[in-house]
Amino acid sequence: MTEQSVPAIELSGINKSFGPVHANKDINLRVGKGSIHGIVGENGAGKSTLMSILYGFYHADSGEIHVDGKSVHITDSKRAIELGIGMVHQHFMLVDPFTVVENVMLGAEGGAMLNKGIDQARTELKRLADEYDMKVDPDAVVGELSVGLQQRVEILKALYRGADILILDEPTGVLTPAEADHLFRILRVLRDQGKTVLLITHKLREIMDVTDAVSVMRRGEMVSSLKTADTSMAELAELMVGRSVLLEVDKKPAEPGEVLLRVENLNVKDERGVMRVKDVNFEVRAGEILGIAGVSGNGQSELLEAISGIRRAQTGTMDLAGDHVDLSHSHNAGQMRQMGMSHVPEDRHRMGLVTSFAEYENSILGYHREPEYSKGWFLDLKAIRSEAEHRIQKYDIRPPNPDLKAAKFSGGNQQKIVLAREIERDPDVLLVGQPTRGVDIGAIEYIHKRIIEMRDAGKAVLLVSVELDEIRSLSDRIIVMFDGQVVGERGADASEGELGLLMAGVNEEHAA
Amino acid sequence: MFEDIILILDSTLRLSTPLLFACLAGLFSERSGIVDIGLEGKMLGAAFAAGAAAYMTGSPWMGLLAGIIVSVMLAIIHGYASITQRGNQVVAGVAINFLAAGLTVLLGQAWFNQGGRTPQLAISARFDDITLPFAEALQDVPFVGPIYHDLISGHNLLVYLSFVMVPLTWWIVFRTRFGLRLRAVGESPAAVDTAGISVTWLRYRAVILCGVLCGFAGTYLAIAQSAGFIKDMSAGKGFIALAALIFAKWRPVSAMFTCLLFGFLDALAIRMQGQEIPGIGEVPVQVFQALPYVLTVVLLAGFIGRAIPPKASGIPYVKERT
Repeated sequence: MTEQSVPAIELSGINKSFGPVHANKDINLRVGKGSIHGIVGENGAGKSTLMSILYGFYHADSGEIHVDGKSVHITDSKRAIELGIGMVHQHFMLVDPFTVVENVMLGAEGGAMLNKGIDQARTELKRLADEYDMKVDPDAVVGELSVGLQQRVEILKALYRGADILILDEPTGVLTPAEADHLFRILRVLRDQGKTVLLITHKLREIMDVTDAVSVMRRGEMVSSLKTADTSMAELAELMVGRSVLLEVDKKPAEPGEVLLRVENLNVKDERGVMRVKDVNFEVRAGEILGIAGVSGNGQSELLEAISGIRRAQTGTMDLAGDHVDLSHSHNAGQMRQMGMSHVPEDRHRMGLVTSFAEYENSILGYHREPEYSKGWFLDLKAIRSEAEHRIQKYDIRPPNPDLKAAKFSGGNQQKIVLAREIERDPDVLLVGQPTRGVDIGAIEYIHKRIIEMRDAGKAVLLVSVELDEIRSLSDRIIVMFDGQVVGERGADASEGELGLLMAGVNEEHAA
Repeated sequence: MFEDIILILDSTLRLSTPLLFACLAGLFSERSGIVDIGLEGKMLGAAFAAGAAAYMTGSPWMGLLAGIIVSVMLAIIHGYASITQRGNQVVAGVAINFLAAGLTVLLGQAWFNQGGRTPQLAISARFDDITLPFAEALQDVPFVGPIYHDLISGHNLLVYLSFVMVPLTWWIVFRTRFGLRLRAVGESPAAVDTAGISVTWLRYRAVILCGVLCGFAGTYLAIAQSAGFIKDMSAGKGFIALAALIFAKWRPVSAMFTCLLFGFLDALAIRMQGQEIPGIGEVPVQVFQALPYVLTVVLLAGFIGRAIPPKASGIPYVKERT
């Protein structure tokens, strides 16, 4: 690519604060025309803020933006679209009950009446689909499409508006590995046709696979910009965190003991009456980690909720450390806890914490009836606080202030608060859902270590994660869920490709 | 018997008209994601304004104008609270209802001294019934004649206008750029925002349209159906319209049929007053009056399909801050 020519985007001295939080500090960035440029950084490093400034969602407090060499003021998204900037948001900006055509033309209808615009959009969609190999039925209802296709609609939407610069914010979070590969193929075609792609991600492997250049952000600052060919994952990880990190998890082989958790014949419906978990059976032994892999939304959440006592199942039984539970009868999370189960829920904001409560209050949620935390009808605040302070020390929770509201902690530290609460009760069985979602690399390393420690202490650990890397590095056995069913079980040495196929619902053993 | 049916259907049309205006008004608001429980209050405010203005100017057109202006003003208050200030839309709507109920009586008493009423209007200050062409000539043709002369002809302008509004609303909502954006903003305001369209302005326009149509509804009550404003004359029609909107699943043509059904129940209730049904005896009027609500509850309980409101309705739009 011609990197000496005028860059597609040049940012200089961009500053943005939200109240006391300095989200972007003096950012400089050059993105070469016709290249794929990656931006990596931990959660909260300021990547999304920077891109939102570029797309006109926020205004920079100071700084200059040049697009194709011309100084511009991006006042709103409309201006950004006019300048040829398109964005594919992490959470899709689509209208679910609308058809593909309606979604694509929204905001670019081509007149006050729709009839002419629809025909035009249909023709143009077909042209774009042929040119970039992105087939999609223009009359399909978007809400009924798979996430991979929905994302394609988002890209088509941007291209329909004539985008030359495409920003993708964490595009692979919801995709299977195969879908992600297809996306990268599309991005390469776009680049080769002269489009500029900005790829925001926290997955270093994607950066290495697909980008030409990469910029690293850390705590609101642009730390470094490199050619991808000249760097390595280890170097990027170090730049992101500011110190060297261990990407591989260090663990001994498992020594499985007796079965502590056995789930049989589990069927779970969601609140809309759709069967989300279908005939699932599995067991977890003492001293092993069973990983449940799968693309988000294939029944893992409902499974966790059912066995942790939050959701009633249609059918299913569970043997939990010597107790037998009928999951289709009324049960609750408190009873499960009594029987020796702890649960680190998938969504810490919604289920793990009361974010408007102080840290010390959160540190005993669900265990507040335990005799050591209460005096009759009252809470023993002194005991609770001293326990909270002890855990803050032990788990290195920062800032070390038990009176701070949970909402004020970073994602990683919030997760540590939840993890500490559940681990410190010394359960027999530990359920962990998405333990590192929205958690920075440094804390990921720590959380992984703690989960392995639980295993080595002879606990049964059930790990649910949509991050395949996490599943593969922690688990001793892996089962894969697709459309509510367990489609296969593999050992810890299963290849990514093999698991990826299972996650897409393809089971070669069945096919054969 | 035939004449009885014609009579009941005739009064069905008259009773459906205010429901239909209010229901279509609610459709614009709710399709944009603004829940509007204040239809009732806007109707009442418009009815008072129309009655007062028609009395003072002697012109029904000035009454209509005043009704629309007052209703739009109330709509803008609702919009300001729920769009700009991102307040609770239901609470704001209830406030509009209280405001209208109290203020109309207060001002009515202060201005006209007739216990909160506006003075009786002369025929010329009202929307009078219109005889359609050939109605007289066809009157004596069997079957077709009575239907045309007694049922279709002989209503006031606003009745016809309310039914014209149905295809017009359908066309706006499903065939124009504004309609596409309106439907989009009620489902996913973030998608509208990132497409470079102002969510605020779009929702204000929807709320103002809602105000205009409520203005027609209220005006109809005061100076077409009656000869002046009476205290609390909307009598829950705004709520029935809201129920009809849910029953019609936020669709214009279904809205018309639902309003006709609810209007028919109302007409039937009036007709059945004091009459004995063989074998059952006298049925209390309240049974018929409660039916629209009962039907709506049955619908909401999921017995007749599902009524799924626009996804973003009731939720103020806040740009996410990452």
